Formats: sequence, structure tokens, C-alpha cells
Amino acid sequence: MPKYTLTINQKKQTVDVDEGTPLLWILRDNLNLTGTKYSCGEGICGSCVVHIDGKAERSCILNIEDVVGNSITTIEGLAEKPDHPIFKTWIELEVMQCGYCQPGQIMTLAAMLQQNPKATRKEIDDAMNEVLCRCGTYQRIRKAVDKLVEEGQQ
Amino acid sequence: MKTSKIKRREFIKVVGLTGGGLFLASYVPIQNLLAYSGDDPKIFAPSIFLKIDSNGFVTIIVHRSEMGQGVKTALPMLVAEELEVEWDKIVIEQADADTKYGSQTTGGSTSIRRNWGPLRVAGATARVMLITAAANIWKVSPENCFAENGFVINKLNKEKLSYSELVEEASKLPVPTDVKLKDPKDYQIIGKRIHRVDTPDKIYGKTKFGIDVVIPGMYYAAVKRCPLFGSSIRTFDVKNAESIPGVHDVVQISSGAAVIADSTWRAFKGRDLLTLACVSGDTTNITSELIHNELLKKSKTEGFEFEGRGDVNKIVEGEKLLDAVYEVPFLAHAPMEPMNCVAKFENGKAELWAPTQNPQNARSEVAKAIGISEDNVTVHVTLMGGGFGRRLVSDFAVEAAEISKATGKPIKLTWTREEDMKYGWYRPPSMHVLKGSVDTEGKALKFSHHVIAPSIIQMRFAPDLSPEEYDIKEGTVGLEYQIPNIRIAGTTVKTDVPISWFRSVYNTQNPFAIESFIDEMAFAAHTDPIEFRSSMLPDDSRLKNVLNVVAEKSGWGVGKILPKGRGRGVALFKGYDSYSAQVHEVTITGNKVKVDRVVVVIDCGIVVNPDLVEAQMEGAIVFGLTAALKGEITIKNGSVEQSNFDDYEIMTYNEMPEIEVHYIKNTFPVGGVGEVGVPPCAPAVCNAIFAATGKRIRKLPIRLT
Repeated sequence: MPKYTLTINQKKQTVDVDEGTPLLWILRDNLNLTGTKYSCGEGICGSCVVHIDGKAERSCILNIEDVVGNSITTIEGLAEKPDHPIFKTWIELEVMQCGYCQPGQIMTLAAMLQQNPKATRKEIDDAMNEVLCRCGTYQRIRKAVDKLVEEGQQ
Repeated sequence: MKTSKIKRREFIKVVGLTGGGLFLASYVPIQNLLAYSGDDPKIFAPSIFLKIDSNGFVTIIVHRSEMGQGVKTALPMLVAEELEVEWDKIVIEQADADTKYGSQTTGGSTSIRRNWGPLRVAGATARVMLITAAANIWKVSPENCFAENGFVINKLNKEKLSYSELVEEASKLPVPTDVKLKDPKDYQIIGKRIHRVDTPDKIYGKTKFGIDVVIPGMYYAAVKRCPLFGSSIRTFDVKNAESIPGVHDVVQISSGAAVIADSTWRAFKGRDLLTLACVSGDTTNITSELIHNELLKKSKTEGFEFEGRGDVNKIVEGEKLLDAVYEVPFLAHAPMEPMNCVAKFENGKAELWAPTQNPQNARSEVAKAIGISEDNVTVHVTLMGGGFGRRLVSDFAVEAAEISKATGKPIKLTWTREEDMKYGWYRPPSMHVLKGSVDTEGKALKFSHHVIAPSIIQMRFAPDLSPEEYDIKEGTVGLEYQIPNIRIAGTTVKTDVPISWFRSVYNTQNPFAIESFIDEMAFAAHTDPIEFRSSMLPDDSRLKNVLNVVAEKSGWGVGKILPKGRGRGVALFKGYDSYSAQVHEVTITGNKVKVDRVVVVIDCGIVVNPDLVEAQMEGAIVFGLTAALKGEITIKNGSVEQSNFDDYEIMTYNEMPEIEVHYIKNTFPVGGVGEVGVPPCAPAVCNAIFAATGKRIRKLPIRLT
């Protein structure tokens, strides 16, 4: 079984896994970083979004070979700053219900806001449109986006 | 393999932050808590729902399941209100499965309704005892003492004792049985927008949902099941599966063959390489068409009459007769967290960590399946990524327990999304025959409704169910509309497709047909749909009140004429001891329906937490609109055709309408909330489509082609 060294939340981690193992399962099973969620396994729903060099990617369809040498950030990495404006807004507006998709929602938005400060509102909305929520928290997510975009412009 | 030490019981320590009413929650495992508490604290536990220890911890026990609806916040609010403790000082503990709590079944929008009394009494009882204890210590009358923020205060000299200081004295007292509850006008917690206790950990990715639980020595499991409904495994071939590195064992269980491996991914790969030999029943030919035909055949019959008055058959001169047939398909719950369960079978005992809405059922089903007594089964209830009724069925817990027993290893079973979609327990399809008439003055004269659907109770529990007991009548009888001649009837049909309770159950089907047909009658009577409904409701009706409020809030009648291609529709719903009205506004472009705005009014009696009620309404509308606009499970050759969110779509962020929620402030007994918002969605949106296009939608999901 090959050994791979990954950079996750700015720490080097070595894992022994089969070739072709999706990053999602390495995070969850090998590294116990369970904040990244499994839901569709096909890159459809966005529950498993992580940042690869700052860009939002779906970890369920990323093989380990694709991410060696990249900087990987998970929700746990983002949460090292618990006062991040996104978290504060999420709490203030009481966005979540069951909470299962929320790491994916937050990571998707964080990538847009951090890596692409010139993103248009439509680009942000289109990115958020790709993350599914069965509880139906979209209205509050939109309000959170409104608030964060407005604050970002100040 | 790295594992983290499992938290046997889940604790949330809720710590208040200054300002803004924010709460920082962190999980404190029991070991740490006890260490922090010092040795052997004395505990005052006058009720199964709370305990106060001599180190100052007030623990409230939540015996219902948190799946996003907010019970982990709302139920402790009831106890804390009467107990007179500071909200941010309490510890919230999730109860294991135990019949001592009464029903733990988290369904039917019952958590608050059924526990409104018992939990307030639990808090008040403890408060009274703590006051008495302090009065005894001070040698004054309890009337001279009162409780506030976790202290008992002596009115005479302002002396005070904390609850933790009173633990020992209070524990000696008899438990009173007739405590006085607070006057609602004095509520400090109930009615407030208390933040959810589970938010921070969930958004930081710290929360352990069922799928995230890890226990020492645990293997990862996946199951290969027989593809057809009702088929069962005869034998299986392991050799390919065992060639996968890390696959530890392959065993047969009642639903199929299970692979256990050292990671989920390897378990999935091993499972994919298993070949099963199955014994199939006669389900190979089942198709959606076949089920539709069966419903259609039964729709030509009269059905068993649930309710009747007047005469729906007598011809009245000048009446305008209407009839219509409505139909809805199978639906899947599809919560974001697929089915999963951790199980450890050891020394004749089973311990489970289960994301279940039905812990007592999981316990008894597991006991039955692996042949041990219920006393030897412990079910820890985990947080769950949505439920919507799917987690009322305990199949995943049984599978996990069987795998652990067969392999002798602790395991975590994870279902794939595809398995979640294909091996579900579906919302049954239904057909509805509606007939009615309006007289020459535009008044409703007759209304008859015949519902034809498979019965969940009959198919799963009581094959000999008497027609009076048919569950399919839910939402059909006891309509508040004052129509002189009515007939409400039902016919059940059999199905081999597994069916079960889905958020709002038969209230997802019957009100669609009823509230759409009432709209058809209004149109036939040349009357505005709100006026038509209003004229049939008694003046003191709470339903009429929500209708009036929704008319006002939505601007109904004010901006009566919407631009071309836009329309507005209304629907009412009464159920779960609550009353609701919704107005939906749509824009139609070609064959595309966009719901622009939804105005919801709910009267659920006393509101425990307005924010949670609003969240449930918002979520229910997304759920209801998903079913109306998109949801359809189809059956072909004895199995489900859909497999993932690409062919079983759910509503997305950009499709979201603007939702306004208004609730009625009153002091009626608390009603249900979780399911009340779903039933009016489909009829309101279809009525809006009719207003926009003149096209009446009688079949879901909505297709304008």
C-alpha cells in the first residue's frame, strides 16, 4: 500500500492508502476529520467540499493522487478561526437546521469570498446553488451571503 | 487506523458569551465532566428529565431525537423555564433508548405537544422542592422564598442559596404531585428566540453525527443487498471481495452479505465485488404503471365511507357539477446523511450508536433480530443529518447489529447514497377522486373525496386493519368547510414496495387533492378562492383567522391583477393541533415554474421558540415544493429506478422563493410545527399555476408540458 504525504490544515500528514482512494474517505477514516461529510459520493451535493489551494473542490471525487503537494483545508482548518465572519453570521442568523450540509455550504462560500474578492453576486449565488440542503436552509444562507457581501464591501 | 476515544454519552455544555445572546457549545465527555465536578458529587434528580449536582451542574435530559428541528434546544427550554435556571448554565444530555421516558418516537410533530406538560411539571417540581429545602434550612415558610437564576432567595432577608448547595436537603424531600406552573405572562425563556445549542459545533465540523462515530477497534462495513423488493439472499461468492486489501471478513446477514474492512472505501470496494444469489419473490414485474393501474381500477369503486352528511347524489336544480382525479407518486426521504449505524456485540450484549428517530423500536428490533433480550441492548441516540421519517424504520440498526454479531467485531455500517435511494421506505402513491357542486349563487353544495392508496399500517403491521382504522384517511375527515353534503371514503391497495411515514405522511397527499379541488369549485362558482373558502368557515374558526391573516400579509386582493404569466394561489391546512395558510406566487416562463414568494401563517398555539417555528416553516416549504415540483420515485422491474441526487432532484438555493412566516400570538395549547408547513405547498403552488395559466395540475410532480 503506497504512502502519501498530504498537507492538511497546514500540517503534513502521511497516510497509507490504496491508489485511487477518494480524499473524502482519507479525511474521515484515516485522519478522523469527520467535519467533511459524505452524502452523494458523486460530486453532486457539495457536502464534502474542502479547499484545494484555496479553491472549493468536492473531496468525494478527488483521488489522493490529485492532491499530493496541494494545500488542503477542511472545515476543521477554517474553524481554527471560530470568529471567522462566516461562522459569526451563521450563528447570528441561525442558518442551520440538521447541520449536515453546512460545512460544505460554509467551505463553498469561504472559498468564494476569500479567493475571489472580485466575484460577482451571481458567481457567488451560482456556487451556492451547487450545494444541496434537504432541511431547506437556503433562505437563511442567502441572508447570510447578503450580510457577508455587504460587510465585505464596506 | 486512527481512532478517537468515543464519548459514551454526549454532553453539551452551554456557555454564554457576552452580548448578542450567542452560545458556544462544546462536547464534554462524561469522564471529563466528572473529573471537573470533583469526586462523587451528590445528585438531586426528582425526575427522569433533570438532575442537579452538588458541583453546580444542572443537566436536562432530552429524550427525543435532534434531526434539525431543534428539539435539543426547545425541550430543555420547557424544563429550564419552570426550574428557574439560567439558560446558559445548563448541560443538555441526550437520553439513550429507555421506556421510562414514555414514547421517544420523534415523529408526528409530537415532541413539544406531548412534552409541554410533563417537562414543565418536571422543572416546576424540582423548583418547588429546592424552595422547600431552602425554607427548611432557613426555618421559614416556603412562601417567603422564591427561585431565580439557579438560586433560592429568602424574601425576608435577601439571603440566598444556590441549587447546588440545596442538593442534599432537597433529595430528602418527598416529590410533590400538584405543583403550580408559572403563568405564561411570567415566561423568561419560553417564547424567546433562544439560539440553537447545537449550532456552533455543527458549523465548525466538530459534531459527531451517527456517520462520524468511531469506537475503539472498529471496522467499517458495507452491505450488498438483493436488488428486487421482497427478494432474499440464498448464498454469496466472496472470492473477489476478499481479494481487496484490508477486507477482513464477509458474512451473511438477513438483508444480504456484509463486508467489513479497515476503511469505508475498502468496504465499498469489497462490497462491489460480491456476487449474491437471491431468491426472488414475484416482484420482478412491478412497475409504476402497474401500481397506477391498480389505483385507477379501485378509483372506480365507492370505497369505505369514513364520514358522510346530507346526500351527495341527489340532483339539485341549477347546480354546477365538477369532478376530477388527482394522483401523486412514490417519494424518497433522502436525508443528506445516508443511513448508518455503529454496533458492538460482545458477551451477549449489543451496544449501538444510532441516528434514529425511533430508539425504542431500534432497541426491540435489534433484540429480536439477534436473539437477545432488550435489556441487553443499549441504543445511544446520535445527532442526525435529517430524518423526515426515514429514520423511524430501524433496518440500518438491525443490519449493523447483525454484522457485529456475525463478525465478532465492533463495526460502523455506512450506506451509500445509491443504497439510501434504492432501499428506502417510500411515501406511498395515491389517487383521489373528487366530486362536488356549487349552486346558482356560487355556494358549495356537495363535496366528495375518495382516496385510494396503500396503507402503511396495513402493509407493515396489521394486514387485517379494519377500514375504520385506515391511516389513509389522515387529512380527509373533519374538514372545517361547512358544506351541506359530503362524502369522504377510502380504499387501500396492496403493494410490494416498502412504504413508510414521510414528513406529514398522508397529509402530503390528501390536502393536495382537497385544497386543489376547493379551488376548482371556487373557479366554478366565479368566486375569489379566499372569499370562497372564507364563506365556508365559521367565524370563530382558527383556520378562518389564518386565512384572513394570510390574505392581508400576502396582499391578496390589493394587487389583485398580477402581470401576465404570474399567479397567486392559496391553501389551508389543519392538523397536528395547528392551523396554517399559505399563499404562493409563481412566474411561468414556457414550461418552467418559478415560485417567487411564499407567505405562511401558522397558528400553533403558544410558540416555544419563534425562530425554530420560522425555520420549520421555511424548511417545510422547501420540502413541500421539492415534492410538488420535482419528487418522483419510479419503479421498474421490481426496483427503484432513481439512485442519487442527479435523478432524484431536490430544490436548490437559486430556486428558493422568498418566504415570509407570520405566526399568530395566542395562548392556545401548543400545537405541532414540523409537519404543518408541508401539506399546503403542493395545492397552493398548483392553484397559483392555475391562476397564472388556466392550467389545472392534478398530477404530481408538476409537469407543464
